[in-house]
Amino acid sequence: MLYAVLCYNSEDVTSAWTKEEDDKVMRDLTAVQRRYVEAGKLGPVARLLPTTAATTLRHSPGETVVIDGPFAETKEQLLGFYLIDCTSLDEALDFARELSAANPAAGSYEIRPLSLYKPGELAP
Amino acid sequence: MTDTAWIDLALVSARPQAMGALLRYFRNLDLAEEAFQEACIRALKTWPKNGPPRDAAAWLIFVGRNSGIDKVRRQSRETALPPEELLSDLDDRESELADRLDGAHYRDDILRLLFVCSNPVLPATQQIALALRIVSGLSVKQIARAFLVSEAAMEQRITRAKGRVAAAGIPFETPDASDRAERLAAVATMIYLVFNEGYSAMNGPEGVSADLCDEAIRLVRLLLRLFPAEPEIMGLTALLLLQHSRARARFDSHGAIVLLEDQDRQLWRRPMITEALAMIDKAMRHRRPGPYQIQAAIAALHARADRPELTDWEEIDLLYQALERLQPSPVVTLNRAVAVSKRNGPEAALSLVEPLADRLSGYFYFHGLRGGLLKQMGRVREARVAFDRAIALATNAAEAAYIRKQLDHLAGEAGAADLHEDQQ
Repeated sequence: MLYAVLCYNSEDVTSAWTKEEDDKVMRDLTAVQRRYVEAGKLGPVARLLPTTAATTLRHSPGETVVIDGPFAETKEQLLGFYLIDCTSLDEALDFARELSAANPAAGSYEIRPLSLYKPGELAP
Repeated sequence: MTDTAWIDLALVSARPQAMGALLRYFRNLDLAEEAFQEACIRALKTWPKNGPPRDAAAWLIFVGRNSGIDKVRRQSRETALPPEELLSDLDDRESELADRLDGAHYRDDILRLLFVCSNPVLPATQQIALALRIVSGLSVKQIARAFLVSEAAMEQRITRAKGRVAAAGIPFETPDASDRAERLAAVATMIYLVFNEGYSAMNGPEGVSADLCDEAIRLVRLLLRLFPAEPEIMGLTALLLLQHSRARARFDSHGAIVLLEDQDRQLWRRPMITEALAMIDKAMRHRRPGPYQIQAAIAALHARADRPELTDWEEIDLLYQALERLQPSPVVTLNRAVAVSKRNGPEAALSLVEPLADRLSGYFYFHGLRGGLLKQMGRVREARVAFDRAIALATNAAEAAYIRKQLDHLAGEAGAADLHEDQQ
């Protein structure tokens, strides 16, 4: 079974870290990750930029709206995610539009740039 | 993290929302501050035992409001003032918790609080001091240190600022769209001032000035969370992040200025640059360019160049031209001259710089750049005069040291160049 582990934390706190504090957290986390990478158990690791950098595409039948800011509704749940390499936000939005067109359910796609990406290595 | 460090962090991040709501209730900065202070004291007593409340800001507002009301009632008994006239909307005290969780409401509370500190009746230094005190909650001592003045002098400055704000009247009515836009612009300017104070004093007392830059970035992020669809606020966020990303490269180990083209770009903080570039990308989609967005775009072109010679000076020149049209100012033209000197050489840049002499004769950078251009053209004597003017106008030791280095360099070349000039 593959599991996604989603990290939640207060942005106010994590953005207030100094470079030294931030580096230390990243080192400590990397040390944990390393053991799982070596065992061939860990896939991609990503760190997201703050929610202020987010853009959200909302779609309901017949209508698609782009909203600045993160996904904020509580009626919907996180069901999955994609990582895509784009040259601009517009390109990422086009991808989200295509997804929304192919998806009959109303919902949202939050587009959030990454600040860190490690591809990882899952054993087959 | 120590036992109480999490409380400090929670109090700091809840502060703008709690202070904003308390200001709405009490309509008086001092009362709101005292009420918030009282709530913090109680938080320090009860949170370690009971754990953090689910919504720290709501807790502080509730406790602060009650303690403030008690205080006003006590005072009114002593001075026989009718308390209800001092307080606003004190009715439904039971339902207040729900009201405070209403997003739109607290958004205007925080904007009002920030706007009070950005009131154009206040000179820049008072705006900065008041914002750091009221919104950020820095102590008078910390602010005094950042400004290199005594604590008493800073206390006085803040008191004066509060008096002016009260006399000007704090706007309590719910703002309409145009009021909101106006307040937003004033607040953005104030945040930029806070940042610049830190940025220009970067070689001042260790750490203090960098704290001001961090604080400005924290405030602009707060503003962006409240107004996520404002491209100029995105632009300002990007601009501050890009400028601050270079903080470690701007001075050498002796505290001397390192110019952009000589900086070790490995020292630039990549995550801040990445965030800023994403922010500019977001802002561009709105197709509503503004001065902050353009300045951020210029800073981004520097950030994108891995080596100084890869800098896209042509695009920078074009962006400065756009900025000149949007916000004509001799300082913008002076900055454009740097791009022009890289594109078209020092002669072209100097012809852009000379006409600014009347308006910028008291400006350090004007004489510094002029001296640099003249030096490049081999006009050594004139360069020396310009550098002498610059040194007299330097506002800190690092600026003066940089110019002195230029003068020393000139002195080294002087023999040969003087000879050359004499022969012409």
